[in-house]
Amino acid sequence: MTHRKLSRRALMLGGLQAGIVGALALRMRHLQVKQADQFRLLAEENRINIRLIAPTRGEMFDRNGLVLAQNIPSYRITMVREDAGDVESVIDDLSRLITLTPEDIDRALAEMRRSPPFLPITLTDNVSWDDIARVSVNAPALPGVTPEVGLTRVYPRRSDFAHVVGYVGPVSDYDLDQIEDPDQVLFIPRFQIGKVGVEAKREDALRGSAGSKRVEVNATGRVMRELSRQEGKPGADLQLGVDAELQGYVQARLGNESASVVVIDVENGDVRAIASSPTYDPNLFVRGISVADYRALTENPYRPLASKTVQGTYPPGSTFKMVAAMAGLEAGLIDPDDTVYCPGYLEVSGRRFHCWKRAGHGHVDLQDSLKESCDVYYYDLALKVGMDRISAMAHRLGLGERFDIPMSAVARGLAPDRAWKKRTRGEDWLVGDTANAVIGQGFMLSSPLQLAVMTARLATGRSVRPRLVKSINGVEQLSGAGDSLGLNENNLRQIRKAMFSVTNQRDGTAYRSRIIDDAFRMAGKTGTSQVRNISAAERASGVIRNRDLPWNRRDHALFVGFAPFDNPKFAVSVVVEHGGGGSVAAAPIGRDVMLQALFDATPPLAAYPTGDRQRIKAQQERLKRERLRPDTVSDRA
Amino acid sequence: MSYLEYSVKSAPSGLRKILYLNWPLTILVVTVAGVGFLMLYSVAGGSFTPWAEPQIKRFGAGFLVMLGVAMVPIWFWRNISVVAYGVSILLLLAVAFFGDVGMGAKRWIDLGFIRLQPSELTKITMVMLLAAYYDWLPAKRISKPLWVALPVLLILLPTFMVLRQPDLGTSILLLFAGGGLMFLAGVHWAYFAAVIVSGVGLVVAVFESRGTTWQLLKGYQYKRIDTFLDPGSDPLGAGYHITQSKIALGSGGWTGRGFMQGTQSRLNFLPEKHTDFIFTTLAEEFGFVGGISLLGLYSLIIIFCVATAIATRDRFSSLVTSGIAITFFLFFAVNMSMVMGLVPVVGVPLPLVSYGGSVMLVLMAAFGLVHSAHIHRPR
Repeated sequence: MTHRKLSRRALMLGGLQAGIVGALALRMRHLQVKQADQFRLLAEENRINIRLIAPTRGEMFDRNGLVLAQNIPSYRITMVREDAGDVESVIDDLSRLITLTPEDIDRALAEMRRSPPFLPITLTDNVSWDDIARVSVNAPALPGVTPEVGLTRVYPRRSDFAHVVGYVGPVSDYDLDQIEDPDQVLFIPRFQIGKVGVEAKREDALRGSAGSKRVEVNATGRVMRELSRQEGKPGADLQLGVDAELQGYVQARLGNESASVVVIDVENGDVRAIASSPTYDPNLFVRGISVADYRALTENPYRPLASKTVQGTYPPGSTFKMVAAMAGLEAGLIDPDDTVYCPGYLEVSGRRFHCWKRAGHGHVDLQDSLKESCDVYYYDLALKVGMDRISAMAHRLGLGERFDIPMSAVARGLAPDRAWKKRTRGEDWLVGDTANAVIGQGFMLSSPLQLAVMTARLATGRSVRPRLVKSINGVEQLSGAGDSLGLNENNLRQIRKAMFSVTNQRDGTAYRSRIIDDAFRMAGKTGTSQVRNISAAERASGVIRNRDLPWNRRDHALFVGFAPFDNPKFAVSVVVEHGGGGSVAAAPIGRDVMLQALFDATPPLAAYPTGDRQRIKAQQERLKRERLRPDTVSDRA
Repeated sequence: MSYLEYSVKSAPSGLRKILYLNWPLTILVVTVAGVGFLMLYSVAGGSFTPWAEPQIKRFGAGFLVMLGVAMVPIWFWRNISVVAYGVSILLLLAVAFFGDVGMGAKRWIDLGFIRLQPSELTKITMVMLLAAYYDWLPAKRISKPLWVALPVLLILLPTFMVLRQPDLGTSILLLFAGGGLMFLAGVHWAYFAAVIVSGVGLVVAVFESRGTTWQLLKGYQYKRIDTFLDPGSDPLGAGYHITQSKIALGSGGWTGRGFMQGTQSRLNFLPEKHTDFIFTTLAEEFGFVGGISLLGLYSLIIIFCVATAIATRDRFSSLVTSGIAITFFLFFAVNMSMVMGLVPVVGVPLPLVSYGGSVMLVLMAAFGLVHSAHIHRPR
C-alpha cells in the first residue's frame, strides 16, 4: 500500500521535474536559437571598442627648407597605478631621482583617482635624457613607472616666428565650443591643436586625419588585444615663403623696439619677412607657460603678444601721399608739372591746415611734394580730387582690404569714403576730413602688411597679394603676383620717380638712408603719423619735440620702399611705434632690411653712404653677436 | 517492509562492494565534473589556475568520500541521521556566532584545515533525518496534524537559520527538498494544496499592496522584483548580471563560439563566471547543443538515482535516494532558471560544475549514500 502510494507520488514528482526540464530546454532554445543574432550583436558591442590614433602633425619650413616647426621625440614618465602598488611611496622614491614639482604630483594623483587603475598616467613631461636614464636604471625599484616617448612640437627659430607660425596647445573646452561638430580626434587626451598664427589658421592642413584601431576590451575597459588597425593620414608639411635668415636679421635689427617690418617679394607676393617686435618664445606656450612669464608678456607696454604686422593699424601718415597723388593723376585732375605754392598752411573752409614745415616749401610740383613731403600740396589736391576718388584708389592699392593670410587677427584697416562716415557715425563728410585723410591722418588706418602691399602694387602696377604659404606637401600654392591694376604706366612712373628722389636726392626726407650700390637703388617714402591732436596752443608755442613727450604720445615713424628701382624685387614697410620721425627712426631700418634681402647675406659696406660705414660696421657686428645668443626676449621674460 | 525485517544475506561485503556501485551514476558524475573542469579551465583564460586545479583535487577528495560513504551499510547512516542533523544545526549556530564573513554573507566556518559551509551539509542531513523519520513513523500517522507539524519544524529550523546568513538560494533548496520529501512520504495532498493556495495568496497580496497604506514589502524590495521582471530597466545596476548572462547565452547560438572563444566570459562581462554563472560560459562556448547535453546528463543522473530508489525495498533507502535526487534537481533547475532569467538571481551553484569545495564534497557524500543504498539493497 505505502509502496504503491510512493510510486504514484514519485511519478507525479517525476512528471513535474520532466516538465521543468522541458521548460528549461525551451527557454534555452528561445535564447540561443531564436534570439541568437540579436544577442550576438550585443556581445560584439560589449567587447569591441574603437580607439583613435592621433595623426602626426605636419611640419613647417621656410623657403630654403629651414625648419620652423617640427615634432621631436620627447620623453615623459608615466605610472600605472595597479602596477605601482603603494603609489605614494613609489612617487617618493622617484622624486629622489628626478625633480617632480608638487603640482605635478598633485595633478597626477588627482588624475589617477579619476581613471581606471590600468591606465598610464603622466607624472612629468619633457624629461631630459639623463633623467630617463636614471629612471631606467632604477626601474626594478620603481614598479609601475615607465619612461615613454611622445612627440613634442618644437619651434627651433624660437622667438623669430612667434607671431607668424604661432604655437600649439592642448584642446580646451573653449576650443571645442568654437568648433561645430568637432573631430573625434580632438577628444584624445593631450591632443594639441594650433592656437595662434599659421598653426591655428592652417589647422585643417597641418592636423591630418586620425587613424583608428579596433580593440577588444573587457568589462572594465582594459584593452585585451588589437583586432585591426587603420592608419591615419599625417598632417601636411607647409613651406612658407618666408626667409628664416632674413626674418632673424629683422628681429635682431628691431631689437626691443615696439616695431614691425614686412618684406614682400613683388614678383609673386611671397612674404619674405614679417616681423613684429618685441616677440616671445612660442616654445614656452607648448610646454605650458608659467603665470609669471605670462604676466610679464601681457603687462609689457610694448605688447609682445600682439602681431603688429597684420593686427596693428596705424595712421599711414605721409606714406599715404602716393595714393592721393595717384588718385589725382588717374582722374586727370592734377598735372605732375603744375606747382602749388606752400606758405606753410592752407585755409580749408575757414580752418587753417598746417604743413609740417612751418616756413613753407614755396612752389612745389608733384615730385617735390613727395620728396619733401609737403602737406599743403595735398590739401590742395584733396580739394580738387575729393575723398571718394582717393578712397577708391586706396582700396585698389590694398589699403582697407583684408588679405587672406593665415595669421591671427588680420586687420582690415580703414580707408574711408563719404558714405562710410554717414553709415557709421551718421555725420556728413567734411572737407576738413578729406584734408586730414590725404596726409594719412584722421580716419585713415593701415597695417604694416597693407603698406607693404601698397608699395609692391605701386612698384609693379599689378594687384600683388601677400602669400605666406608657398606650398603644401610640395604642391605650389596660387601665386600672389596678381593681374594688372589697369593704372596708367606713365602715372606710375611719375610716382616711382618721385619716390626715388625721396631716398636719392639731397633734399629728400630719406636721403640719409639711401643705397649707394647702383644695381640696388631704392625708392621710398617716409611717414610720421601723429597719435594726438596738436592743439592750437601747442602750435602757437612752437614745436614740442617728440623726445620731450611720454613714449606713448610720440609720433609713429613709418617708411615704405622698394628696390631695385629699375627692376623692383622687394617692397618693404617699417612702422616704429612712437618712434618719432619716419626719416630718422624708420627709414634706416627699411634700408638695412632691404639690403639684407637684396644681398641675401650681410651686405657689403660699399652699399652704404661713405659717412655711415663705420657705424654700420659696428651695428652689423653687434647684430651678429646678438643673433648667436640663445633668445634674448624669452630670457628676459 | 520496515528496516528491522530487512534481509542482508545477499548483500556483498568487503572491497567487492565497489563492483556493485551504481556504475552508470558514477560515470555520469565523473563526466559532468569533467565538463566543469573544462569550463573552469576556459574561464581562467586557458589555465588550470586558479580554479580548475583546486577543483580537480576537491573532486578527487569528494570521490574518496563518496566511496567511503558507499562502503558503509545504509542502515548505519539511518541510525546516525538524528546525530548528523543535530551536528548540522550546531554548526549553523556556530556560523551565526563565529562564522567568517565572505561576499557580504556569513556562511563559512573556519576549521583550520578547511573552510566549511554548514548550510551545504544541512541539505543532506535534513534529507537523511526526514527519511529516517518517515521510515520510523507508522503509515497511519503520516497525515495526522501533529506528525505533520514535526517534520515541518525540522525543515523550517535550518531554513530560517540559513535565510538569516543570508543565503536565499540554500533556504529555498532546503524548503523545497523537505517539502518534496514529505510529498513522497505520502503526506495528505490537502496540506500541500493549503500551502500552495496561501503562497499564491501571499504573492498576490504583496503586489496588490504596493503603493497602498498596508504595503507588505519595502520599496527597494519591490525594486528588485522590478529588476527581475525587466532586467533592461537597469542594465548597469542590478539588472547587469542577468542582462550580460542572457547576452552570453544568446550569442552562443546553435553550436557556440568554440572552446575558449566566449568573449563574454573571457572579457569579464559575466559576473561570477566561475561559480553561479558558469553555465553561461558553457552555453556561450558550446551553444544550444552543449547546454542541452548538460541538461540531458543531469536528467540521467536523476533517472539513475530514481532507479536506485525503486530498486531498494526499504523506506529509508528509497526516501533518502529520492530526497537526494530532488535536492540535486533543485540545484541545477534553480541555477539554470536563474541564468536564463526565468527566476530572480538567488545564488545557487551549478552542481558538480561550479567552483566550490563544500558543495562538491556534500554532493559527493550524497551520491555515496545513493551508492550505499544501491549496494546494500536486498536482492
